[in-house]
Amino acid sequence: MTIRMMLAASVVFACFGGTAFADTSSKKIALSNNYAGNSWRQAMLTSWDKITKDAVSKGVVAAADPFTTAENQATEQAGQIQNMILQGYDAIVINAASPTALNGAIKEACDAGITVVSFDGIVTEPCAWRIAVDFKAMGESQIDYLANKLPKGGNLLEIRGLAGVSVDDEIHAGIEAGVKKNPQFKVVGSVNGDWAQDVAQRAVAGVLPSLPEVAAVVTQGGDGYGAAQAFAAAKRPTPTIVMGNREDELVWWKSQKDKDGYETMSVSIAPGVSTLAFWVAQQILDGKEVKKDLVVPFLRIDQDNLEDNLKSTQKGGVANVEYSLEDAQKVITGK
Amino acid sequence: MKLSSGTIRLIIPAASLALLLAAVFYMQPRAMSYTGLNLLFNLAIPIALATIAQMLIMSINDLDLSMGTFVSFCACVAATVLQTSPLLGALIFIGAIAVYAGMGMLIHVRDLPSIVVTLGMSFVWGGLAVLLLPSPGGTAPTWARAIMTAKPPLVPMAIIASILIAAVTHYIVMRSSFGVLMRGTGGNDRSVERAGWSVIGIRAATYALAGLFAIFAGIALVGLTTSADANIALRYTLLSIAGVILGGGEFVGGKVSPIGAVIGALTLTLAGSFLSFMRISPDWQIGAQGAILIVVLALRLALNRLEKREKHQ
Repeated sequence: MTIRMMLAASVVFACFGGTAFADTSSKKIALSNNYAGNSWRQAMLTSWDKITKDAVSKGVVAAADPFTTAENQATEQAGQIQNMILQGYDAIVINAASPTALNGAIKEACDAGITVVSFDGIVTEPCAWRIAVDFKAMGESQIDYLANKLPKGGNLLEIRGLAGVSVDDEIHAGIEAGVKKNPQFKVVGSVNGDWAQDVAQRAVAGVLPSLPEVAAVVTQGGDGYGAAQAFAAAKRPTPTIVMGNREDELVWWKSQKDKDGYETMSVSIAPGVSTLAFWVAQQILDGKEVKKDLVVPFLRIDQDNLEDNLKSTQKGGVANVEYSLEDAQKVITGK
Repeated sequence: MKLSSGTIRLIIPAASLALLLAAVFYMQPRAMSYTGLNLLFNLAIPIALATIAQMLIMSINDLDLSMGTFVSFCACVAATVLQTSPLLGALIFIGAIAVYAGMGMLIHVRDLPSIVVTLGMSFVWGGLAVLLLPSPGGTAPTWARAIMTAKPPLVPMAIIASILIAAVTHYIVMRSSFGVLMRGTGGNDRSVERAGWSVIGIRAATYALAGLFAIFAGIALVGLTTSADANIALRYTLLSIAGVILGGGEFVGGKVSPIGAVIGALTLTLAGSFLSFMRISPDWQIGAQGAILIVVLALRLALNRLEKREKHQ
């Protein structure tokens, strides 16, 4: 009798979708992370810890252990993934050091029947799932915002990221496409800020004397505060600088806003995307049909929700959102 | 029974490998299987080949700081040119071997420190690798993939390859007359020269041979990963040096051991897995890896002292 009750209960659970606790409670998920050396990655690991600890204590999964390689090297991460296969994990969530150099190890994992979900640093191996950020749209959204705010257009300074990294290329392509769509804007200068405030400040300070009046600065995140400092040091009027959700950038923006109503926007990906990857892996283990390529929305902060976001951002950290199972299901169904 | 000093030299690395392996099996019984052993050791094959290449260079008292970038470069060639037009790929590899031989001659003729020359070359190889593969990609040649993922009966490929590498290089370095000359050059190049041999020729040949093994390392690596990346093997520079030392080699004096070098490479790989199974936090892992190295080296130093004392008696 009780068995029949339980069966009925599980059927009810299954019908409502969502929380299928029964199926994945014995499953183990591992996080393979290649790097932990900046504020974004630290926030990513903290989010993972917070969400997965809760999930484990509620019995959604049996374990969700994070592993970070000591050095940011593909060969080391490949070894780490092979170790995870030996440790008997049912799913591996990966932020990869290289989109291709881990493919051999990932294939081994797939062949062993393990679900592999990659995010942020995604992998090309077809058997793995990918949670990618539409970086191109992120670049384009900056120009769209500026076109709205400065209908007359003007000169743009572009701060790019680390040369040779695919993310930098994609954001740049988005900005290029945006400028093409809005010909009233003209990129008059471009420097590499390496996503770091100090590098960006040096680079901008170096190029400023040779530039005409700059109406706006388009960025990639982690470089807006440095750019603002460089403009201030050169005693030039502060242009509209697009920010990248870092705490120091938001604090600066807030102080300018309070002083003279300075307006801008801020956009970047939330480090909590690791928790989305966790739920996607859990859903796949649960037997849900999930597309191999998922797109995660980026996190945008505007004039009116600046204070709220600043309040929830840790000192020296990055504005963040963590995903719940329901959020993940929304991303999976594409709504 | 009196053991030769060469055997004593091998005891420590072999014992530490056995100990680590026992510990890994204890912690993770799943590793005690055909697939388990393969997964534990297959990434050690390219490291073992790079370690052998480094050992050859070290046998003539030099040090190659470009090993990591050179293996990365070879991996990029293997994943691109060698795959699309094998002939051109082979030609590039022959050219690279010639460059290595030239490097050996240059170091000898101008009496340059090998560290400086190879460090300079590391930027050349790194640049060439980025030129070949500006963004990660490429495909492994099917034969390389087939060799590296082969599943021979009974013994996994990783073990067979390690034994094969150790046997072949043991023959070249310890048994062939070229090997004797090479180690002799490391021990005392003047006496080799006075005996009528061309030291410059020996050095060139040693560097060329090292280049060849590094190329094998690159191809093996691509066979495992299926595609390459300009930074794929940067760690190999230090890993290969550590592997040689761990396996009983010395920085000077032509004292090297090919079998030891292969064991050293396996031990280093296993140490990584061991620490990860122990759930040691990544912040401590590099330190822990260093601690393992220091313990093994300390043991060896103690044994060396024992050996010397026996000689004096």
